[in-house]
Amino acid sequence: MTMQDDRARKELLITIIAGLLDGIRHVAVGASSPIPAAGAMLLRARNEQQGKPPISISILGSSRHNFFTNGGVELFDCAAQGRVDAFFLGGGQIDGAGNINLVGTGDYPRMDVRWPGSFGSAYLYHLIPRVILFREEHSPRVLVPKVDFVSAAAVTPEVKRRGGPHALLTNLALFDFDRERGGFRLRSVHPGYTADDVRDRTGFDYAAPEIVPPTPMPDRATVELIRGRIVDELAECYPEFARTMAAAA
Amino acid sequence: MAEMVGLEALVASIAAGQSIAIPVDRAGVSMAATAAMIDAGLTGLHLVCVPISGLQADLLIGAGVASVVETSAVSLGEAGGAPRFVAAVRDGSIKLRDATCPAIHAGLLAGQKGVPFMPIAGIIGSDLLQVRPDWKVIDSPVGEPGKVVVVPAITPDVALFHAPEADRFGNVRIGRYRELATMAYAAKRTLVTVERIVDRDLMATEDSAAGVLPALYVDAIAVAENGAWPLPLWDEYETDGAELSRYAAMARTDEGFRAYLSAFLSRSKQVA
Repeated sequence: MTMQDDRARKELLITIIAGLLDGIRHVAVGASSPIPAAGAMLLRARNEQQGKPPISISILGSSRHNFFTNGGVELFDCAAQGRVDAFFLGGGQIDGAGNINLVGTGDYPRMDVRWPGSFGSAYLYHLIPRVILFREEHSPRVLVPKVDFVSAAAVTPEVKRRGGPHALLTNLALFDFDRERGGFRLRSVHPGYTADDVRDRTGFDYAAPEIVPPTPMPDRATVELIRGRIVDELAECYPEFARTMAAAA
Repeated sequence: MAEMVGLEALVASIAAGQSIAIPVDRAGVSMAATAAMIDAGLTGLHLVCVPISGLQADLLIGAGVASVVETSAVSLGEAGGAPRFVAAVRDGSIKLRDATCPAIHAGLLAGQKGVPFMPIAGIIGSDLLQVRPDWKVIDSPVGEPGKVVVVPAITPDVALFHAPEADRFGNVRIGRYRELATMAYAAKRTLVTVERIVDRDLMATEDSAAGVLPALYVDAIAVAENGAWPLPLWDEYETDGAELSRYAAMARTDEGFRAYLSAFLSRSKQVA
Protein backbone atom coordinates (compact mmCIF):
# COMPACT_ATOMS: atom_id res chain seq x y z
CA MET A 1 0.00 0.00 0.00
CA THR A 2 1.43 3.40 -0.93
CA MET A 3 1.54 6.18 1.64
CA GLN A 4 -1.24 7.97 -0.24
CA ASP A 5 -3.47 4.86 -0.26
CA ASP A 6 -2.86 4.39 3.44
CA ARG A 7 -3.77 8.00 4.09
CA ALA A 8 -6.97 7.64 2.04
CA ARG A 9 -7.86 4.52 4.08
CA LYS A 10 -7.36 6.41 7.33
CA GLU A 11 -9.32 9.42 6.08
CA LEU A 12 -12.24 7.16 5.18
CA LEU A 13 -12.24 5.51 8.64
CA ILE A 14 -11.98 8.91 10.37
CA THR A 15 -14.93 10.22 8.35
CA ILE A 16 -17.08 7.15 9.11
CA ILE A 17 -16.33 7.49 12.83
CA ALA A 18 -17.33 11.17 12.83
CA GLY A 19 -20.65 10.08 11.28
CA LEU A 20 -21.17 7.31 13.86
CA LEU A 21 -20.61 9.82 16.69
CA ASP A 22 -23.02 12.43 15.35
CA GLY A 23 -25.33 13.71 18.09
CA ILE A 24 -23.20 12.80 21.12
CA ARG A 25 -22.01 15.26 23.79
CA HIS A 26 -19.06 13.43 25.35
CA VAL A 27 -16.85 10.74 23.85
CA ALA A 28 -13.96 8.97 25.57
CA VAL A 29 -11.04 7.65 23.52
CA GLY A 30 -8.32 5.19 24.54
CA ALA A 31 -4.72 6.28 24.85
CA SER A 32 -3.48 4.51 21.73
CA SER A 33 -6.42 5.12 19.38
CA PRO A 34 -5.46 7.87 16.92
CA ILE A 35 -8.12 7.05 14.30
CA PRO A 36 -11.08 7.14 16.77
CA ALA A 37 -9.62 10.33 18.29
CA ALA A 38 -9.36 11.87 14.83
CA GLY A 39 -13.00 10.93 14.10
CA ALA A 40 -14.10 12.64 17.30
CA MET A 41 -12.00 15.72 16.49
CA LEU A 42 -13.52 15.85 12.99
CA LEU A 43 -17.03 15.86 14.44
CA ARG A 44 -16.04 18.56 16.95
CA ALA A 45 -14.62 20.75 14.14
CA ARG A 46 -17.69 20.21 11.94
CA ASN A 47 -20.10 20.99 14.76
CA GLU A 48 -18.21 24.21 15.37
CA GLN A 49 -18.40 25.18 11.68
CA GLN A 50 -22.11 24.38 11.51
CA GLY A 51 -22.99 26.11 14.79
CA LYS A 52 -24.06 22.79 16.38
CA PRO A 53 -23.60 22.10 20.13
CA PRO A 54 -19.96 21.49 21.11
CA ILE A 55 -18.71 18.01 22.00
CA SER A 56 -16.20 17.04 24.68
CA ILE A 57 -13.43 14.56 23.95
CA SER A 58 -11.62 12.78 26.79
CA ILE A 59 -8.40 11.14 25.74
CA LEU A 60 -7.45 8.62 28.40
CA GLY A 61 -3.89 8.87 29.63
CA SER A 62 -3.48 12.40 28.30
CA SER A 63 -3.13 15.13 30.91
CA ARG A 64 -4.12 17.91 28.52
CA HIS A 65 -7.18 16.28 26.98
CA ASN A 66 -9.07 15.14 30.02
CA PHE A 67 -11.40 16.90 32.40
CA PHE A 68 -10.89 14.52 35.30
CA THR A 69 -9.38 15.36 38.69
CA ASN A 70 -10.43 12.29 40.66
CA GLY A 71 -7.90 9.75 39.46
CA GLY A 72 -8.27 6.65 37.32
CA VAL A 73 -11.70 5.77 38.68
CA GLU A 74 -13.39 8.94 37.44
CA LEU A 75 -13.95 7.83 33.85
CA PHE A 76 -15.71 4.72 35.16
CA ASP A 77 -17.83 6.72 37.60
CA CYS A 78 -18.60 9.22 34.85
CA ALA A 79 -19.82 6.38 32.60
CA ALA A 80 -21.99 4.98 35.42
CA GLN A 81 -23.59 8.41 35.85
CA GLY A 82 -24.53 8.44 32.16
CA ARG A 83 -22.08 11.22 31.33
CA VAL A 84 -20.16 9.35 28.61
CA ASP A 85 -22.13 8.86 25.39
CA ALA A 86 -19.63 7.03 23.22
CA PHE A 87 -16.50 4.90 23.51
CA PHE A 88 -14.40 2.59 21.37
CA LEU A 89 -13.48 -1.00 22.01
CA GLY A 90 -11.37 -3.35 19.93
CA GLY A 91 -10.83 -7.01 20.44
CA GLY A 92 -8.45 -9.79 19.55
CA GLN A 93 -11.68 -11.60 18.72
CA ILE A 94 -15.16 -10.20 18.07
CA ASP A 95 -18.01 -12.63 17.54
CA GLY A 96 -21.31 -12.48 15.67
CA ALA A 97 -23.20 -11.84 18.91
CA GLY A 98 -21.07 -8.73 19.55
CA ASN A 99 -19.06 -10.27 22.39
CA ILE A 100 -15.43 -9.23 22.57
CA ASN A 101 -12.30 -11.03 23.76
CA LEU A 102 -9.26 -9.10 24.98
CA VAL A 103 -7.79 -11.98 27.02
CA GLY A 104 -6.55 -14.60 24.56
CA THR A 105 -7.21 -17.74 22.53
CA GLY A 106 -7.32 -21.35 23.69
CA ASP A 107 -8.18 -22.64 27.14
CA TYR A 108 -7.90 -20.29 30.12
CA PRO A 109 -5.64 -19.75 31.99
CA ARG A 110 -2.69 -21.24 30.06
CA MET A 111 -3.85 -19.88 26.74
CA ASP A 112 -2.20 -20.46 23.35
CA VAL A 113 -2.11 -16.72 22.71
CA ARG A 114 -2.40 -14.33 25.62
CA TRP A 115 -3.38 -10.68 25.10
CA PRO A 116 -3.02 -7.92 27.70
CA GLY A 117 -6.40 -8.34 29.42
CA SER A 118 -9.96 -7.06 29.59
CA PHE A 119 -9.15 -3.47 30.71
CA GLY A 120 -12.46 -1.70 31.50
CA SER A 121 -14.50 -3.47 28.79
CA ALA A 122 -16.58 -5.78 31.02
CA TYR A 123 -17.99 -2.70 32.72
CA LEU A 124 -18.06 0.03 30.06
CA TYR A 125 -19.91 -2.19 27.54
CA HIS A 126 -22.88 -2.14 29.93
CA LEU A 127 -22.83 1.59 30.59
CA ILE A 128 -21.92 3.54 27.46
CA PRO A 129 -24.79 3.77 24.97
CA ARG A 130 -22.77 4.02 21.78
CA VAL A 131 -19.80 1.65 21.87
CA ILE A 132 -18.11 1.52 18.49
CA LEU A 133 -16.18 -1.68 17.84
CA PHE A 134 -13.16 -0.64 15.85
CA ARG A 135 -10.72 -3.19 14.49
CA GLU A 136 -8.77 -2.48 11.32
CA GLU A 137 -7.96 -6.12 10.55
CA HIS A 138 -10.95 -7.80 8.92
CA SER A 139 -10.25 -11.53 8.91
CA PRO A 140 -11.80 -14.82 10.04
CA ARG A 141 -9.30 -15.04 12.90
CA VAL A 142 -10.59 -11.75 14.35
CA LEU A 143 -14.28 -11.93 13.38
CA VAL A 144 -15.11 -15.37 14.79
CA PRO A 145 -18.37 -17.31 15.30
CA LYS A 146 -17.79 -17.44 19.06
CA VAL A 147 -15.05 -15.79 21.13
CA ASP A 148 -12.80 -18.09 23.21
CA PHE A 149 -13.18 -15.81 26.25
CA VAL A 150 -15.94 -13.25 26.80
CA SER A 151 -14.23 -10.15 28.19
CA ALA A 152 -17.41 -8.15 27.70
CA ALA A 153 -20.86 -9.42 26.70
CA ALA A 154 -22.93 -7.46 24.18
CA VAL A 155 -26.43 -8.52 25.18
CA THR A 156 -27.54 -9.55 28.69
CA PRO A 157 -31.33 -9.73 28.97
CA GLU A 158 -31.00 -10.71 32.64
CA VAL A 159 -29.93 -7.17 33.61
CA LYS A 160 -31.03 -3.67 32.67
CA ARG A 161 -28.35 -1.82 30.75
CA ARG A 162 -28.06 1.30 28.64
CA GLY A 163 -24.77 0.39 27.02
CA GLY A 164 -23.60 -1.90 24.27
CA PRO A 165 -22.33 -2.15 20.72
CA HIS A 166 -23.54 0.39 18.20
CA ALA A 167 -21.47 -0.48 15.14
CA LEU A 168 -18.47 -2.47 13.96
CA LEU A 169 -15.96 -0.73 11.71
CA THR A 170 -13.07 -2.48 9.92
CA ASN A 171 -10.82 -1.82 6.93
CA LEU A 172 -13.42 -3.52 4.71
CA ALA A 173 -16.85 -2.57 5.91
CA LEU A 174 -19.25 -0.96 8.34
CA PHE A 175 -21.83 -3.03 10.26
CA ASP A 176 -24.68 -1.87 12.50
CA PHE A 177 -25.49 -3.87 15.61
CA ASP A 178 -29.10 -4.89 16.22
CA ARG A 179 -29.57 -5.23 19.97
CA GLU A 180 -33.00 -6.84 19.65
CA ARG A 181 -31.68 -9.62 17.44
CA GLY A 182 -28.23 -9.64 19.02
CA GLY A 183 -26.29 -9.59 15.76
CA PHE A 184 -24.66 -7.46 13.09
CA ARG A 185 -26.12 -6.16 9.84
CA LEU A 186 -23.82 -5.06 7.04
CA ARG A 187 -24.43 -1.39 6.27
CA SER A 188 -21.84 -0.64 3.59
CA VAL A 189 -18.64 -1.92 2.00
CA HIS A 190 -15.64 0.37 1.59
CA PRO A 191 -14.45 1.31 -1.92
CA GLY A 192 -12.15 -1.33 -3.41
CA TYR A 193 -14.03 -4.27 -1.84
CA THR A 194 -17.20 -6.20 -2.61
CA ALA A 195 -19.91 -7.70 -0.44
CA ASP A 196 -18.44 -11.13 -1.35
CA ASP A 197 -15.02 -10.08 -0.03
CA VAL A 198 -16.69 -9.20 3.26
CA ARG A 199 -18.58 -12.51 3.39
CA ASP A 200 -15.35 -14.45 2.63
CA ARG A 201 -13.34 -12.74 5.33
CA THR A 202 -15.95 -12.71 8.11
CA GLY A 203 -16.03 -15.76 10.37
CA PHE A 204 -19.54 -15.09 11.70
CA ASP A 205 -22.93 -14.86 10.07
CA TYR A 206 -24.66 -11.49 9.70
CA ALA A 207 -27.64 -9.91 8.03
CA ALA A 208 -27.17 -7.94 4.83
CA PRO A 209 -29.36 -6.01 2.41
CA GLU A 210 -29.85 -7.50 -1.05
CA ILE A 211 -27.76 -4.77 -2.58
CA VAL A 212 -24.99 -3.59 -0.30
CA PRO A 213 -24.17 0.08 -0.84
CA PRO A 214 -20.60 1.35 -1.00
CA THR A 215 -19.35 3.41 1.96
CA PRO A 216 -19.43 7.05 0.83
CA MET A 217 -16.00 8.62 0.39
CA PRO A 218 -15.22 11.79 2.36
CA ASP A 219 -16.03 14.95 0.39
CA ARG A 220 -13.41 17.55 -0.45
CA ALA A 221 -14.22 19.84 2.50
CA THR A 222 -13.88 16.91 4.92
CA VAL A 223 -10.56 15.82 3.42
CA GLU A 224 -9.24 19.39 3.71
CA LEU A 225 -10.39 19.61 7.32
CA ILE A 226 -8.64 16.33 8.18
CA ARG A 227 -5.40 17.29 6.43
CA GLY A 228 -5.37 20.70 8.10
CA ARG A 229 -6.87 21.20 11.52
CA ILE A 230 -7.32 17.54 12.54
CA VAL A 231 -3.73 16.52 11.80
CA ASP A 232 -2.57 19.57 13.80
CA GLU A 233 -4.78 18.62 16.75
CA LEU A 234 -3.67 14.98 16.58
CA ALA A 235 0.00 15.97 16.77
CA GLU A 236 -0.34 16.83 20.46
CA CYS A 237 -1.40 13.34 21.54
CA TYR A 238 -0.36 11.11 18.65
CA PRO A 239 2.76 12.73 17.16
CA GLU A 240 3.87 9.65 15.22
CA PHE A 241 0.46 9.15 13.61
CA ALA A 242 0.18 12.85 12.68
CA ARG A 243 3.66 12.77 11.12
CA THR A 244 2.75 9.78 8.93
CA MET A 245 -0.47 11.48 7.81
CA ALA A 246 1.37 14.71 6.99
CA ALA A 247 4.22 12.87 5.22
CA ALA A 248 1.78 11.37 2.70
CA ALA A 249 0.92 14.84 1.34
CA MET B 1 4.14 8.50 60.52
CA ALA B 2 6.51 8.49 57.62
CA GLU B 3 10.09 7.49 58.19
CA MET B 4 12.84 8.72 55.84
CA VAL B 5 14.95 5.73 54.81
CA GLY B 6 17.28 4.54 52.09
CA LEU B 7 16.01 2.54 49.11
CA GLU B 8 17.37 -0.76 50.46
CA ALA B 9 15.70 -0.29 53.84
CA LEU B 10 12.46 0.69 52.08
CA VAL B 11 12.21 -2.61 50.22
CA ALA B 12 13.65 -4.62 53.12
CA SER B 13 10.32 -4.01 54.86
CA ILE B 14 8.49 -6.01 52.17
CA ALA B 15 8.26 -9.71 53.04
CA ALA B 16 8.07 -12.70 50.71
CA GLY B 17 4.48 -13.67 49.89
CA GLN B 18 2.95 -10.26 50.62
CA SER B 19 0.43 -8.52 48.38
CA ILE B 20 1.58 -5.24 46.88
CA ALA B 21 -0.48 -2.60 45.08
CA ILE B 22 1.26 -0.81 42.19
CA PRO B 23 -0.14 1.95 39.96
CA VAL B 24 -0.65 2.31 36.22
CA ASP B 25 2.38 3.59 34.25
CA ARG B 26 1.40 7.26 34.09
CA ALA B 27 0.49 7.53 37.80
CA GLY B 28 4.01 7.24 39.24
CA VAL B 29 5.61 3.79 39.19
CA SER B 30 8.58 3.23 41.49
CA MET B 31 10.99 1.56 39.11
CA ALA B 32 13.82 2.35 41.54
CA ALA B 33 12.14 0.25 44.25
CA THR B 34 11.34 -2.40 41.62
CA ALA B 35 15.05 -2.80 40.91
CA ALA B 36 15.82 -2.92 44.63
CA MET B 37 13.11 -5.58 45.18
CA ILE B 38 14.58 -7.78 42.46
CA ASP B 39 18.06 -7.21 43.85
CA ALA B 40 16.90 -8.19 47.34
CA GLY B 41 15.70 -11.54 45.97
CA LEU B 42 12.07 -11.17 47.07
CA THR B 43 9.76 -13.99 45.98
CA GLY B 44 6.11 -15.02 46.00
CA LEU B 45 4.66 -11.51 45.81
CA HIS B 46 1.02 -11.01 44.89
CA LEU B 47 0.82 -8.01 42.56
CA VAL B 48 -2.34 -5.91 42.61
CA CYS B 49 -2.11 -3.74 39.50
CA VAL B 50 -4.16 -0.54 39.89
CA PRO B 51 -5.75 -1.17 37.53
CA ILE B 52 -3.18 -2.32 34.93
CA SER B 53 0.59 -2.51 34.71
CA GLY B 54 3.39 -2.62 32.16
CA LEU B 55 7.15 -2.76 32.49
CA GLN B 56 7.06 -2.99 36.30
CA ALA B 57 4.89 -6.12 36.39
CA ASP B 58 6.76 -7.66 33.46
CA LEU B 59 10.12 -7.24 35.23
CA LEU B 60 8.79 -8.58 38.54
CA ILE B 61 7.27 -11.59 36.76
CA GLY B 62 10.36 -12.28 34.64
CA ALA B 63 12.67 -12.00 37.65
CA GLY B 64 10.56 -14.48 39.61
CA VAL B 65 9.53 -11.95 42.27
CA ALA B 66 5.78 -12.09 41.50
CA SER B 67 3.86 -15.35 41.66
CA VAL B 68 0.27 -14.02 41.68
CA VAL B 69 -0.87 -11.27 39.31
CA GLU B 70 -4.18 -9.53 39.85
CA THR B 71 -4.72 -7.14 36.96
CA SER B 72 -7.03 -5.82 34.25
CA ALA B 73 -4.17 -5.93 31.74
CA VAL B 74 -0.41 -6.11 31.41
CA SER B 75 0.95 -4.32 28.35
CA LEU B 76 3.93 -2.22 27.33
CA GLY B 77 1.56 0.18 25.55
CA GLU B 78 3.03 1.45 22.29
CA ALA B 79 6.01 -0.89 22.72
CA GLY B 80 3.61 -3.86 22.41
CA GLY B 81 2.72 -6.87 24.54
CA ALA B 82 4.43 -7.69 27.83
CA PRO B 83 6.74 -10.60 26.89
CA ARG B 84 7.53 -12.09 30.33
CA PHE B 85 3.87 -11.88 31.39
CA VAL B 86 2.84 -13.73 28.23
CA ALA B 87 5.57 -16.36 28.71
CA ALA B 88 4.61 -16.87 32.36
CA VAL B 89 0.93 -17.30 31.46
CA ARG B 90 1.85 -19.90 28.86
CA ASP B 91 4.10 -21.97 31.13
CA GLY B 92 1.76 -21.56 34.09
CA SER B 93 4.41 -20.07 36.37
CA ILE B 94 2.13 -17.33 37.70
CA LYS B 95 -1.34 -17.55 39.17
CA LEU B 96 -3.65 -15.19 37.29
CA ARG B 97 -6.43 -13.13 38.80
CA ASP B 98 -7.87 -11.45 35.71
CA ALA B 99 -10.01 -8.41 36.47
CA THR B 100 -11.58 -5.33 34.90
CA CYS B 101 -10.31 -1.85 35.81
CA PRO B 102 -13.26 -0.48 37.82
CA ALA B 103 -13.52 -3.74 39.81
CA ILE B 104 -10.00 -3.19 41.14
CA HIS B 105 -10.89 0.41 42.04
CA ALA B 106 -14.08 -0.88 43.72
CA GLY B 107 -12.20 -3.52 45.71
CA LEU B 108 -9.75 -0.89 46.98
CA LEU B 109 -12.65 1.41 47.84
CA ALA B 110 -14.12 -1.36 49.99
CA GLY B 111 -10.71 -1.69 51.64
CA GLN B 112 -10.60 2.07 52.18
CA LYS B 113 -14.01 1.99 53.86
CA GLY B 114 -13.37 -1.13 55.91
CA VAL B 115 -16.36 -2.99 54.44
CA PRO B 116 -16.17 -6.59 53.13
CA PHE B 117 -17.26 -5.93 49.53
CA MET B 118 -18.38 -3.29 47.06
CA PRO B 119 -21.18 -3.55 44.51
CA ILE B 120 -20.28 -2.58 40.95
CA ALA B 121 -22.27 -2.01 37.75
CA GLY B 122 -21.85 -4.06 34.57
CA ILE B 123 -19.62 -7.18 34.25
CA ILE B 124 -22.59 -9.60 34.06
CA GLY B 125 -22.19 -11.85 31.00
CA SER B 126 -18.39 -11.66 31.14
CA ASP B 127 -16.32 -14.84 31.57
CA LEU B 128 -14.40 -12.92 34.24
CA LEU B 129 -17.16 -14.09 36.59
CA GLN B 130 -16.21 -17.70 35.74
CA VAL B 131 -12.51 -17.20 36.44
CA ARG B 132 -13.05 -15.02 39.51
CA PRO B 133 -15.21 -17.14 41.82
CA ASP B 134 -14.54 -14.57 44.56
CA TRP B 135 -16.73 -12.11 42.60
CA LYS B 136 -20.40 -12.79 43.29
CA VAL B 137 -23.65 -11.92 41.56
CA ILE B 138 -26.35 -11.07 44.12
CA ASP B 139 -29.92 -9.83 44.07
CA SER B 140 -29.74 -6.18 44.99
CA PRO B 141 -30.98 -5.99 48.61
CA VAL B 142 -32.21 -2.41 48.16
CA GLY B 143 -33.82 -0.28 45.46
CA GLU B 144 -35.08 -1.71 42.17
CA PRO B 145 -34.91 -5.52 42.05
CA GLY B 146 -32.09 -6.80 39.88
CA LYS B 147 -28.75 -8.59 39.76
CA VAL B 148 -25.59 -6.80 40.79
CA VAL B 149 -21.94 -7.89 40.97
CA VAL B 150 -20.06 -7.55 44.25
CA VAL B 151 -16.28 -7.74 44.55
CA PRO B 152 -14.40 -8.42 47.80
CA ALA B 153 -12.36 -5.71 49.50
CA ILE B 154 -8.74 -5.47 48.40
CA THR B 155 -6.46 -4.75 51.37
CA PRO B 156 -2.88 -5.03 50.11
CA ASP B 157 -0.08 -5.58 52.60
CA VAL B 158 1.86 -2.83 50.85
CA ALA B 159 1.18 0.07 48.47
CA LEU B 160 4.22 1.25 46.52
CA PHE B 161 4.54 4.26 44.21
CA HIS B 162 6.81 7.09 43.08
CA ALA B 163 5.98 10.80 43.34
CA PRO B 164 7.72 14.09 42.59
CA GLU B 165 8.12 15.28 46.15
CA ALA B 166 7.49 14.81 49.83
CA ASP B 167 8.03 17.35 52.60
CA ARG B 168 10.10 16.80 55.77
CA PHE B 169 6.97 15.71 57.61
CA GLY B 170 6.29 12.89 55.18
CA ASN B 171 3.38 14.45 53.28
CA VAL B 172 3.53 13.36 49.63
CA ARG B 173 2.34 15.33 46.60
CA ILE B 174 0.17 13.09 44.39
CA GLY B 175 -1.52 15.72 42.21
CA ARG B 176 -4.63 14.45 40.45
CA TYR B 177 -3.59 10.80 40.78
CA ARG B 178 -6.17 10.10 43.46
CA GLU B 179 -5.81 6.33 42.98
CA LEU B 180 -2.51 6.65 44.86
CA ALA B 181 -4.46 7.86 47.90
CA THR B 182 -7.00 5.03 47.48
CA MET B 183 -4.14 2.51 47.38
CA ALA B 184 -2.63 4.01 50.54
CA TYR B 185 -5.98 4.11 52.40
CA ALA B 186 -6.65 0.44 51.59
CA ALA B 187 -3.11 -0.88 52.19
CA LYS B 188 -1.68 -1.86 55.54
CA ARG B 189 1.59 -0.05 54.78
CA THR B 190 2.55 2.53 52.17
CA LEU B 191 6.06 2.91 50.76
CA VAL B 192 6.93 5.86 48.54
CA THR B 193 9.96 6.89 46.53
CA VAL B 194 10.29 10.56 45.55
CA GLU B 195 12.45 12.71 43.33
CA ARG B 196 13.23 15.05 46.24
CA ILE B 197 12.36 16.17 49.76
CA VAL B 198 11.20 19.81 49.88
CA ASP B 199 11.62 22.21 52.76
CA ARG B 200 8.16 23.75 52.67
CA ASP B 201 5.18 22.18 54.44
CA LEU B 202 2.90 20.73 51.73
CA MET B 203 -0.07 20.98 54.11
CA ALA B 204 0.50 24.72 54.65
CA THR B 205 -2.07 26.07 52.20
CA GLU B 206 -5.37 24.83 50.81
CA ASP B 207 -3.87 24.93 47.32
CA SER B 208 -0.89 22.72 48.07
CA ALA B 209 -2.74 20.40 50.46
CA ALA B 210 -5.42 19.52 47.86
CA GLY B 211 -3.05 17.30 45.90
CA VAL B 212 -1.32 15.74 48.88
CA LEU B 213 -1.39 12.35 50.59
CA PRO B 214 -0.92 13.15 54.28
CA ALA B 215 1.94 11.55 56.22
CA LEU B 216 -0.71 9.77 58.31
CA TYR B 217 -0.98 7.16 55.53
CA VAL B 218 2.71 6.98 54.60
CA ASP B 219 5.07 4.58 56.37
CA ALA B 220 8.41 5.11 54.66
CA ILE B 221 9.89 7.42 52.04
CA ALA B 222 13.15 7.03 50.12
CA VAL B 223 14.66 9.52 47.71
CA ALA B 224 15.27 8.07 44.23
CA GLU B 225 16.06 10.61 41.55
CA ASN B 226 14.63 9.69 38.16
CA GLY B 227 12.95 6.89 40.10
CA ALA B 228 10.20 6.12 37.58
CA TRP B 229 12.56 5.80 34.61
CA PRO B 230 12.01 4.59 31.91
CA LEU B 231 8.35 5.22 32.76
CA PRO B 232 7.07 8.79 32.95
CA LEU B 233 6.49 11.03 35.95
CA TRP B 234 3.90 13.78 35.62
CA ASP B 235 5.27 17.31 35.25
CA GLU B 236 8.81 15.88 35.51
CA TYR B 237 9.74 13.63 32.60
CA GLU B 238 8.21 11.69 29.69
CA THR B 239 8.32 7.97 28.91
CA ASP B 240 11.69 6.83 27.52
CA GLY B 241 10.11 5.17 24.49
CA ALA B 242 13.42 3.98 23.05
CA GLU B 243 14.26 2.18 26.29
CA LEU B 244 10.83 0.51 26.39
CA SER B 245 11.24 -0.67 22.79
CA ARG B 246 14.69 -1.99 23.63
CA TYR B 247 13.19 -3.91 26.57
CA ALA B 248 10.33 -5.22 24.43
CA ALA B 249 12.79 -6.59 21.87
CA MET B 250 15.24 -8.09 24.38
CA ALA B 251 12.65 -9.63 26.72
CA ARG B 252 11.26 -11.82 23.92
CA THR B 253 13.74 -14.49 24.96
CA ASP B 254 14.72 -15.60 28.42
CA GLU B 255 18.41 -14.90 27.71
CA GLY B 256 17.61 -11.43 26.35
CA PHE B 257 15.56 -10.70 29.44
CA ARG B 258 18.40 -11.82 31.75
CA ALA B 259 20.83 -9.54 29.90
CA TYR B 260 18.44 -6.58 30.14
CA LEU B 261 17.77 -7.23 33.81
CA SER B 262 21.41 -7.41 34.79
CA ALA B 263 22.16 -4.09 33.03
CA PHE B 264 19.04 -2.52 34.56
CA LEU B 265 20.04 -3.61 38.06
CA SER B 266 23.63 -2.42 37.80
CA ARG B 267 22.47 0.92 36.37
CA SER B 268 20.01 1.32 39.26
CA LYS B 269 22.79 0.63 41.78
CA GLN B 270 25.03 3.30 40.26
CA VAL B 271 22.22 5.85 40.44
CA ALA B 272 21.25 4.95 44.00
